[in-house]
Amino acid sequence: MPKDHGIGASPKRREDVRFLTGKGQYTDDINLHGQTYVHFLRSDVAHGIIKSIDTSAAENMPGVVRIFTGADFEGVGGLPCGWQITDRHGQPMQEPGHPVLARGKVRHVGDPIAAIIAETKEQARDAAEAIELDIEELPAVVDMVSALAPDAPKVHDELTSNLCYDWGFVEENKAAVDEAFEKAAHVTTLELINNRLVANPMEPRVAVGDYNQANDESTLYTTSQNPHVIRLLMGAFVLGIPEHKLRVVAPDVGGGFGTKIFHYAEEAFVTFASRQIRRPVKWTSTRSEAFMSDAHGRDHKTKIELALDADNNFMAIRTDTYANMGAYLSTFAPSVPTWLHGTLMAGNYKTPLIYVNVKAVFTNTVPVDAYRGAGRPEATFQLERLVDKAARELGVDPIALRRQNFITQFPYATPVAVEYDTGDYIATMDRMEEIMDLSGFEARRKASEAKGKWRGLGVNCYIEACGIAPSNLVGQLGARAGLYDAATVRVNATGSISVMVGAHSHGQGHETTFPQVIAEMIGIDESQVDIVHGDSSKIPFGMGTYGSRSLAVCGSAMVRAAEKVIRKAKKIAAHLLEASEADIELKDGKFSVAGTDKECAWGDVTLAAYVPHNYPLEDIEPGLEETAFYDPANFTYPSGAYACEVEVDPETGKVTIEKFAAADDFGNVVNPMIVEGQVHGGIAQGIGQALLEAAVYDENGQLQSASYMDYAMPRADDVPFYIVDHSCCTPCTHNPLGVKGCGEAGAIGSPPAVVNAVIDALASGGKNVPHIDMPLTPHRVWKAINQ
Amino acid sequence: MYAFDVTRPKTVAEAVAALSGDEAQALGGGQTLIPTLKQRLAAPATLVSLSAIDEMKGVCADGGTLTIGGGTTHATVAAEASAYPALAALAANIGDPAVRSRGTIGGSLANNDPSACYPSAALASGATIVTNNREIAADDYFQGLFTTALNEGEIITAVKFPVPEKANYQKFVQPASRFSLVGVFVAKYADGVRVAVTGASENGVFRWKEAEAALSANFSADAVEGLTASADGLINDLHGDAEYRAHLIKVMTKRAVAAAK
Ligand SMILES: Cc1cc2nc3c(=O)[nH]c(=O)nc-3n(C[C@H](O)[C@H](O)[C@H](O)COP(=O)(O)OP(=O)(O)OC[C@H]3O[C@@H](n4cnc5c(N)ncnc54)[C@H](O)[C@@H]3O)c2cc1C
Repeated sequence: MPKDHGIGASPKRREDVRFLTGKGQYTDDINLHGQTYVHFLRSDVAHGIIKSIDTSAAENMPGVVRIFTGADFEGVGGLPCGWQITDRHGQPMQEPGHPVLARGKVRHVGDPIAAIIAETKEQARDAAEAIELDIEELPAVVDMVSALAPDAPKVHDELTSNLCYDWGFVEENKAAVDEAFEKAAHVTTLELINNRLVANPMEPRVAVGDYNQANDESTLYTTSQNPHVIRLLMGAFVLGIPEHKLRVVAPDVGGGFGTKIFHYAEEAFVTFASRQIRRPVKWTSTRSEAFMSDAHGRDHKTKIELALDADNNFMAIRTDTYANMGAYLSTFAPSVPTWLHGTLMAGNYKTPLIYVNVKAVFTNTVPVDAYRGAGRPEATFQLERLVDKAARELGVDPIALRRQNFITQFPYATPVAVEYDTGDYIATMDRMEEIMDLSGFEARRKASEAKGKWRGLGVNCYIEACGIAPSNLVGQLGARAGLYDAATVRVNATGSISVMVGAHSHGQGHETTFPQVIAEMIGIDESQVDIVHGDSSKIPFGMGTYGSRSLAVCGSAMVRAAEKVIRKAKKIAAHLLEASEADIELKDGKFSVAGTDKECAWGDVTLAAYVPHNYPLEDIEPGLEETAFYDPANFTYPSGAYACEVEVDPETGKVTIEKFAAADDFGNVVNPMIVEGQVHGGIAQGIGQALLEAAVYDENGQLQSASYMDYAMPRADDVPFYIVDHSCCTPCTHNPLGVKGCGEAGAIGSPPAVVNAVIDALASGGKNVPHIDMPLTPHRVWKAINQ
Repeated sequence: MYAFDVTRPKTVAEAVAALSGDEAQALGGGQTLIPTLKQRLAAPATLVSLSAIDEMKGVCADGGTLTIGGGTTHATVAAEASAYPALAALAANIGDPAVRSRGTIGGSLANNDPSACYPSAALASGATIVTNNREIAADDYFQGLFTTALNEGEIITAVKFPVPEKANYQKFVQPASRFSLVGVFVAKYADGVRVAVTGASENGVFRWKEAEAALSANFSADAVEGLTASADGLINDLHGDAEYRAHLIKVMTKRAVAAAK
């Protein structure tokens, strides 16, 4: 019998009631008294010198309140980067300034040059058209490899080149890796591109700045995945506002997918400008602006090689990657191709030697940063395409080759720094074969053939590293922040509970799942528990939600705080029941004395805590509220095996996904329905990357796919009915719930399955094509068939 | 958007009068025009909405001709053009439900987007575009990218389609916009076959005359097999090069012939 409450049950998402009835409170729903609107005048060239900006005519336009340009930010900080990479030679990365409004030069299409504040949005736009701008266009750097040519134009004149860093990992392994390649019986090489993506959350970014002169406090309402991080970065590094005078609120947020982690210029601008003009300032991104100002994702160009011995055992992996940083360093950009990518190159395999080289490059494009999976999809894609290619070259079954090389002993220390605590890759592979009905594939292939279609099967594994931690380690790796989280469990007098959590829910369903955990621990009804999130003035602290960390990190903090609450409640119960604390048991919301029929209810104890008439005041304080900070001992390592079957129409190159199965190991699962939803969404995004999505720049740095007319998002009919399963469970060994995180798995695990399937389909049609770069559009597949 | 006035006349005559005003522009379903205004790419002083003009709405089959009012939405055509099933199916595949509930045949033909669907049906059917003051044969109407025979202020009040013996529209969608990357409309009449191609050419919708000749002699997919559509003047973009489009013209033509009913 599935559980109907607590951990393991699937109550419906309680937040959906307000979302589906239009009652959500998003940032754009916030409108303040006296509010003004800002419109950003953005660069329409990729690279140029700002010769002059004349705002005089615009300033006299109707409704204009004030116009700001880069010159108004003299003495104001730039947008900080939150991660410093040390290169192969022990040198820090090149870190250019990132002004709130462009100064001297514009560096990508969409770079904000001036900000026009007016009484209405349309007035601000009208005035923007009256600004006289003289920009001397410079040649743009778009392609990463040519950006590193000695004579390439420089994105940042103050840097020595367009190279942000040249990172080697693990540098000490390099010679041994090269040697293994010398000795290899077979070497498989693959060159590929991990396509640049635009996250496109349904809700575009919005920011409202509100300065209160009465108490000298600033409030920023913003579409963020991590309001406290924004408070820290903006307060300390950009505007110099101490935390106690700065409140950051991220109310309902309509999807983030990584791109709402970062601290953006528009947020700093509205906060700054509100202090200057003493009125609230609001900015709502249009979809067109989102394409040229939200940080993009992926954009790697890689050569990867696998050395195998004569028995097809993996001996070594060597990779060479160019990673696009765009024009400026977005908040966590440098960490994505390095610590979130290089550390994953072992995948599910016991390859003893690995060397990863990454060159991060500045170009005249929108900054690139974390996008669902962040570095891990790039690693998984390379590796799982490579293993498939090796199997094809060697003429062996790709599943058998994987199984032969699986890691089977845990804990397992990889040659790329991380240690997997648990996993069972054979079990997830077995489960995938079962739910996919792999044995029926040949029959399905024949049926497709009879219709004139080529059917292919693609399989892959993945390993993920979630809840990046511990803080002292990430500090050594260059993080300029801790990666713990915090929660306060506030028990009210009548026994209801508010939990203030540092995680932020923007689609994940925390409002449903977090109360399930508390309800389970105490034995009360979930309806008695609410979470509070997204407001720096209401929650103790928090590093927010990304990297599939919420339950594993913040959920652990919440459990620790709840444990403290329960310990104290037991003391109170012991007093009320006149028993020894050690004999008190808490079950189903009742405290009882072991071996007796003496008991009292949860509510009796909570009431006593707040009305302490009969209470051990000499031993404990009144009240029942506890806070915990939790800093994990290690990452968590979800893993899984995915399979995809496609049909290719050989006449047009069109690919359709016929069947998709995902067997995941997420450790313990709190709400299976929500976990399945997360996997569905992740796979949809992975299919989007594999078949449809691409942010394409022309050689002048103009974004050609700058709207939905040219940027293809997956629609309902692009995705199949998924078969998902998470019954394989090896609980995480180092967090209290034994949970691993499930938010990114689908996006990490699915692209290689899709591409492997298309390559297999072409092979079944007699076309041996080694690789096709994503997205596998009909045009590209047709070209591959006919080359 | 820039500020503008809106009028909503009840008759074609009133609309024509309103359109003679300074910088007045007709508004059909707004599915093309409103996004254009939002991007500030057009600045009409007055929008003359055609949506309240009853005489411009509806589908009517009479003898061998299907007449569709210029203000009829795609959704209505999809539901009511059963006398011309290929046309109803085309309308049912334009955009999404919201687009189909607002967008109109008159707006689509007036706009003449090189990737739009209706122009191929009108050209392949040898339709007649009826305006407030004349009738224009489809062969004379389409004059290149976003260009038509319409004069300033002229309103498409109806489109008359001769109903073919058999027809079919094959739309190979551009993955992002889901307009046609290549769309081919084949219509077979007693006096011959007409094949119109949309989505492919830098000059907008055109007739593939070789295929028409071959199919008029032998209406079967095989008849097209030996032909090659020329890649000259075809669109090269992110979603497909000219060579691919040329290839798709042939594939879609064959499929349309095979599916024609
Ligand atoms: C998301 C989306 C998807 C779409 N997908 C497709 C698709 O797959 N295939 C396709 O063919 N189209 C597609 N369209 C376009 C759609 O069909 C539009 O409705 C159509 O192109 C314009 O018709 P409208 O009535 O909306 O015209 P409007 O946008 O109102 O006007 C367009 C132009 O025509 C003029 N005009 C309007 N009505 C008349 C008239 N009766 N006489 C003279 N001039 C007139 C206007 O002045 C304007 O210049 C799509 C649109 C959207 C937004």
